[in-house]
Amino acid sequence: MKSFQYLKKIDRTIDYDNNDRALFYYLMRVEPTVALCIACGACTATCSAGNFSTLDLHKIMLSIRRGEKVYIAKEITQCVLCGKCQLVCPKNVNTRGVILQIMSFLQSSQL
Amino acid sequence: MKTDVVVIGGGIAGLEASTALHNLGHHVILIEKKDILGGHVALWDKLFPNNKNASSIIHYLKDHLPQNLTILLSTEITNISKRNNSFFIETNFHQTIETKSVLVATGYDVFNAHLKEEYGYGIYDNVITSAELEEMFKNNKPILTKQGKEPSRIGFVHCVGSRDRKINNLYCSKVCCVTAVKQAIEIRQKLPFSETYCFYMDLRMYGLNFEELYNESQEKYGVTFIRGRLSEASETIDGKIIIKVEDTLLGRPLKMTMDMLVLMVGMVPSAGTSFLINKLDLLSNNGHFIASSDEHLLANYTNVNGVFVAGTASSPKSIDDTFADARSAVLAIHQYLTSQKM
Amino acid sequence: MKIEGKKQIWSSYQKEIANDNYYYARSCIRQNFFPGAENMFIKILREQLNKNIFDDERQTTCTGIGYHSSIVLPETTMTVIARQFSLMNEAGYDNFICSCVTSFGLYTEVIETWTHFPETLEKTKEYLYKSTGRTFQIPQNLVHASDIIYKFRYELLHKLKYKLIHHKTGKPLNVVEHIGCHYAKIFPHKGVGGAEYPHVLAGLIEAWGGNMVDYPERRHCCGFGFRQYLIKANRGYSYSHSLKKFESMQPYEVDLIITNCPGCNYFLDRWQYVAAIEEKKLFGAENKAIPVLTFEELAALLLGYDPWKIGLQMHQIPVEPLLDKIGITYNKKEKYFGTKPPQIPEILNYC
Ligand SMILES: Cc1cc2nc3c(=O)[nH]c(=O)nc-3n(C[C@H](O)[C@H](O)[C@H](O)COP(=O)(O)OP(=O)(O)OC[C@H]3O[C@@H](n4cnc5c(N)ncnc54)[C@H](O)[C@@H]3O)c2cc1C
Ligand code: SF4
Ligand code: SF4
Ligand code: SF4
Repeated sequence: MKSFQYLKKIDRTIDYDNNDRALFYYLMRVEPTVALCIACGACTATCSAGNFSTLDLHKIMLSIRRGEKVYIAKEITQCVLCGKCQLVCPKNVNTRGVILQIMSFLQSSQL
Repeated sequence: MKTDVVVIGGGIAGLEASTALHNLGHHVILIEKKDILGGHVALWDKLFPNNKNASSIIHYLKDHLPQNLTILLSTEITNISKRNNSFFIETNFHQTIETKSVLVATGYDVFNAHLKEEYGYGIYDNVITSAELEEMFKNNKPILTKQGKEPSRIGFVHCVGSRDRKINNLYCSKVCCVTAVKQAIEIRQKLPFSETYCFYMDLRMYGLNFEELYNESQEKYGVTFIRGRLSEASETIDGKIIIKVEDTLLGRPLKMTMDMLVLMVGMVPSAGTSFLINKLDLLSNNGHFIASSDEHLLANYTNVNGVFVAGTASSPKSIDDTFADARSAVLAIHQYLTSQKM
Repeated sequence: MKIEGKKQIWSSYQKEIANDNYYYARSCIRQNFFPGAENMFIKILREQLNKNIFDDERQTTCTGIGYHSSIVLPETTMTVIARQFSLMNEAGYDNFICSCVTSFGLYTEVIETWTHFPETLEKTKEYLYKSTGRTFQIPQNLVHASDIIYKFRYELLHKLKYKLIHHKTGKPLNVVEHIGCHYAKIFPHKGVGGAEYPHVLAGLIEAWGGNMVDYPERRHCCGFGFRQYLIKANRGYSYSHSLKKFESMQPYEVDLIITNCPGCNYFLDRWQYVAAIEEKKLFGAENKAIPVLTFEELAALLLGYDPWKIGLQMHQIPVEPLLDKIGITYNKKEKYFGTKPPQIPEILNYC
C-alpha cells in the first residue's frame, strides 16, 4: 500500500499527566520561593536578555510547574545572569537562585 | 399578632439584626423557614481567612438571643401585602402577623451547578460543589472518590455560576476565590500526598488576610494556580475527570486528569429572596438580588417604604460584610420606627 | 457516570418533530459516499413506518460546503435555501427533513437570521423572485433525518430482527456515537438532548440494546472543517483531529461508531483506514478497526435488510466483524456484486 503522506499536526496541548515535573519538585526543595510566582511579568519586562532573545522568565516560571522541560532547557541558556529580575519581583522570588538551580539540575540530569 | 418589625430569614444577618432591634426596645418576630437557625454558616466547617470554627459564630449568636424574642421556626410565608402603613404576613400555620416594618434577610442559594452542563455535575461521579466539600469537612467525612479511593489530584474550578453572561449572572460572588484557597489548603492538610489545583479567571483576594492566605497556600501547601476558565470536563473509563483548560499565561491549551473536581459555586438570590421581590414589588439589581435605594447612602432601604434588606439578600457578601450590613440595617429600621412613633 | 443527570439535561432539550408528511432534502456528498443510506431512510419511512415522504429530484445542494469555505456568499445561500422551501411549498408539504447535518445547521441558521434580521428575509424574497419568479414560506417543522429515526426508535424496536447485542455472549455492543458539530453546537436547543450530551443517536443505541460509550473526546470535531479538507496539503490537519478521537475511544473496546453527518462518517471511516496503513494502528475491540455506519444504515441492518444492499461495502473499514457479532448472515461473495473487489491492505484483511 502506498503511503498517503499526510502530515500529522503536533498537538500543542500541555499534556500535564505525562509531563515530568521533577525539576519543580527539586526547586521546591532547594529554592521554595519558586512557588510564589504569580506570573505578573515584571521580570520579563525588565529582563536584559529578553531585549535580544526569546527569554521570558515568567513563562519559564510557569513551565517549571507544568513540567515543560524542553522549553526551559532551550530558553534558559539565554539568561545573562544580570539579576535585574530579582529587583523587580513583587513576590520576592529568588529568581537568580531559581535560574542557577535550573542550570545545575539540567546539567546533572539527562534530558 | 402585631409587631414592630418582622425579620424574615434566620441566617446570621437575621439573627444579628433581630437581637439588636430587640435590644433597642422594638418588638421583633423572626421567621425562619427551616427548623434550625444560622442559615448557610451553620453548614460550614472552618472559615476563611482565619480558620475559625463556623459553629462558634452560630453559638455566639444563639447565646445572645433575647429570651423573649418570638422566633417562628419551620415557618413559610404564604402571602405578604401592604395596607396603609402596615404589612400583613400570612404563614403556612395560618397565622396573620401585622407589622410596621419588614427586614428581608432571606439570603442566597448556591448556584445550581447542573446549569453548567460542560462540567458534568450530576453526571460524572467525581464532580462535586464547594458547598458539598464544606459539608464533608464539617461532618468529618473521609475525602474519598466515588470509587472509594483517596484522591491524589483535586481541581477547584472558580466562577461556576458567576461572571457568566451565558447564564445571566454577571456579578462576582466574592467569597468563592478565597474559599477555594481555603479548601485547597484543607485538602492538603487532610491528604498530604495530594496535589491541588485552582483554575481561575482572576483571583479576587480583596479582604484582609486573603492575599496572605493565598501566599501561604502556594509556599506552604504547594497549591498550583492556573489562569484559565475550564471549558470542558469529561469522564475517563476509570471514573476520573479529564479537564480542558487554557493555561492563558503560557498561551497553550492544557489537559490533565483529576480524581476529583470541586466546582466553586457562586451565590444567587435565594428562592425566598425572589419570592419577596415578587410579592412586595421590590426592585432588583443587576444580579437579580434586592436593589438598595442607594448603594452608598441608603444601602438597607428598598423602594418600598418600611421594607429593609440585610445580608446576602442584596448581594454576595462574606460573613464580616454580612454582619456590618445587618447592623447598619438595624440603625435604619430604628430610625424608621422611632420617627413613626413620634 | 450517572444517567439521571443526563436525563435531566435531555429533558430540557426536546424539540418538535413532525409526525408524518415530510419533504426530504438530500445531502450532496452523502449520495456519493454512502448512497445506500438515504435510500434506506426513505425505505424505512415508507415500508416500516408507513409515512409519506417526498423525494424531490428538483432540489439542489444547500451550498453548505461552499458557504463554509467562503466560496458562496450568504445571500446566495439564502436564496438557494429559499428555493428549496419554495419547492417544498409547491409539492404541498410543511415539514422539511435535512439528510445532512451541515444543511440542517445552515437551514436553521438562515431561518434564525431571517427571524432576527427581517430585512434579510425581504432581500431573499426579492432575489428569489427576480431569479426564478418563485415565492416561498418557511417550513413549519425543520428537522434532521436522525431526529425522525429518534422519534420512532421504539416503533422500530418492535420490528428489529437483530439488536446491538453480541448474539453469542448476550452482551450489549459498545457503540460510540458521533454527532456532526452543526447538529447542535450552533443552536443547542435545536438538537435532541443538546450539545454537551446529545441524545439523538445515544437514544437509538440505548433503545436498540447497545451500550453507549461516552469517551473523553466525544465532543471533539471529526476534523472535516470544510476549507481545511478541500486542500489536499491540509488533510493531515483533519486526520490529526480524528486520530485524537480514536485514541480517546480505544480503551473502551468499541464495536461500532454511528454518525448522523456525512462528513463525520466519511472521515471517521477513511482516517481509520489511513491510520491502519500509516501507523499500523487499529482502535477497536479485538484489535480491529471500528466499523462506522450512518444511523440509517444501522437501522436498516437491524431491521434485517441485506448488508450489501444497504451499501455497507462502501465503507473502507470492514463491517463483517460487526455483522458476525450481531449474528447477521451475509454472503461473502456478493459483497461487490461480482465486480472486481478493491485491494484490501493486509492489516485490514481480517474478514
Ligand atoms: C461554600 C461557601 C463557603 C463560605 N465560607 C465562608 C467563610 O469561610 N467565611 C465567610 O466570611 N463567608 C463564607 N461564606 C459566605 C457566607 O455563607 C455568607 O456570608 C452568609 O451565609 C450570609 O448570611 P445571610 O444571613 O445573609 O444568608 P443565609 O446564610 O443564606 O441565610 C438566609 C436564611 O434565610 C432563610 N430563608 C430563606 N428564605 C426564607 C423564607 N422565605 N422565609 C423564611 N426564611 C427564609 C434561610 O433558610 C436561611 O436560614 C461562604 C459561602 C459559600 C457558598
Ligand atoms: S538574570 Fe537573566 S532572567 Fe533575570 S533579568 Fe537578567 S537576563 Fe533576565
Ligand atoms: S516578577 Fe516575580 S512574580 Fe512576577 S513573573 Fe517574575 S518571578 Fe513571577
Ligand atoms: S470570588 Fe473569584 S471565583 Fe468567585 S465569582 Fe469572584 S472571581 Fe469568580
